[in-house]
Amino acid sequence: MTETPLLRVRNLSVRFGALAAVDGVSFDLWSGEVVALVGESGSGKTTLLRSIHGFIPPTAGSILYRSDRFGEVELTHLDEPRRRLLARTEWGFVHQNPRDGLRLSHSAGANVGERLMGAGARHWGTIRAQALAWLDRVEIDPGRIDDLPRTFSGGMQQRLQIARVLVTKPRLVLMDEPTGGLDVSVQARLLDLLRRLVAELGLSVILVTHDLGVARLLAQRILVMQRGRVVEAGLTDQVLDDPQHPYSQLLVSSVLVA
Amino acid sequence: MNAISYNFAYLDEQTKREIRRALLKALAIPGHQVPFASREMPLARGWGTGGMQVTAAVIGRDDVLKVIDQGADDTTNAVSIRQFFGRVAGVRTTTRTEEATLIQTRHRIPETPLRPGQIMVYQVPQPEPLWRLEPSRAETRRLHALAEYGIMHVKLYEDIARHGRITLAYDYPVLVHGRYVMSPSPIPAFDNPKLHRSPAIHLFGAGREKRIYAVPPYTDVVSLAFEDHPFRPWKAEAACALCGSTDTYLDEIVIDDRGTRRYVCSDTDWCERRRAQGRPV
Repeated sequence: MTETPLLRVRNLSVRFGALAAVDGVSFDLWSGEVVALVGESGSGKTTLLRSIHGFIPPTAGSILYRSDRFGEVELTHLDEPRRRLLARTEWGFVHQNPRDGLRLSHSAGANVGERLMGAGARHWGTIRAQALAWLDRVEIDPGRIDDLPRTFSGGMQQRLQIARVLVTKPRLVLMDEPTGGLDVSVQARLLDLLRRLVAELGLSVILVTHDLGVARLLAQRILVMQRGRVVEAGLTDQVLDDPQHPYSQLLVSSVLVA
Repeated sequence: MNAISYNFAYLDEQTKREIRRALLKALAIPGHQVPFASREMPLARGWGTGGMQVTAAVIGRDDVLKVIDQGADDTTNAVSIRQFFGRVAGVRTTTRTEEATLIQTRHRIPETPLRPGQIMVYQVPQPEPLWRLEPSRAETRRLHALAEYGIMHVKLYEDIARHGRITLAYDYPVLVHGRYVMSPSPIPAFDNPKLHRSPAIHLFGAGREKRIYAVPPYTDVVSLAFEDHPFRPWKAEAACALCGSTDTYLDEIVIDDRGTRRYVCSDTDWCERRRAQGRPV
């Protein structure tokens, strides 16, 4: 393990007018680690994730990221060209709705290849081969490489989005409810796939979910959020089996058991 | 009755100065789109008002003007724009490429090689090469500013995936001076190589979209492609039915109801003079 965390978030706040969507959140993410952000809807999970990625500028606080290219950078002050370069090479963002992360009017192959071309790949055969390999890896029939994503099922679209994000081998992947909106059996397969890819590629992941089962399956650590604050943090099993904060207890006890 | 008198070259002097400032900026930043206050012209937008405004701003009393429309000097658009400047600027007009000092063109570069000192003015319907890929203009400006042109290759990638080659036959995107990706206006890809290190000045005016851009003389203009699928300018595999030329860009003309085709040079000036030199088929 390296000495310093990959990502250090300190006192991060995002305010929308009077509303503090994220209120003084601090945590570390180590290389190769999966951290889950759980909490009810409106608790600030997605806003936190989006402000780390730079979609929403934080109001206060700092985010330190240890980059391969630039060394340690302060993301809240990083200039736009470098932030965008990081976003398309070292990071990946998996949207809850795959339609937000895909180009629906372009083929599956182009969707996977776009990140490669954005990173400077200019050899068609290589791009094609990598797209095929990745479709296979996310269990999409490579014969559908030239089909439009809108002809894909929801689960396939989500897997395509994951392939598109992972093709450039990012270090840090931010996932916003990747299994939301999928039926249970499709969810299970997707989770299986995610768990395998995360382990194979040694990804560091921040995973937003309201599903504690997903968190237990994928994450080593959990941050429980309520009203923009982290109310409890710890190892997944510890938080889920022995919640300390009343809100965490409520969350754990309210899981439906089929 | 007295004819209505217009200012020289129709536009008022302030407007011409504004366009010239935009042109100078465009020449200083090759391939970069410079906004300008596009004026109403006495014909509909989309009929070449951008090109006409650029022409009006740069034309002088000693200029010799040639206007071509899809390579032809004798089609409606070419004839009316040529007559328009003949009337409002009183300049000499010509159909001969080498005689002209100023050539306004719709979608062709003449076959006759351009020489230093000549100015090409292009009519541009859509100046933004990224427009089908990125709907937001704020975002395309950012992509240009940061030179993030990965998405431009997405379109080319798909062409090869579907058809085995890049099928883009016109408005083929180019990289200018190693920096800006530019739409060369809907000239055939066949004409793209003529822009590369051309001794002439190339000015592009988009009237409806209110943008001006330029390629100064002797500037690198490289058509985008993949390493394993290089750029290939396409033309019909035929000879001109009138002059027999095999190395010029040809128009395909259906001549009967059974689909019989005939190919003739798109550049009428070139074709006529080849025939005058006695080189018919």
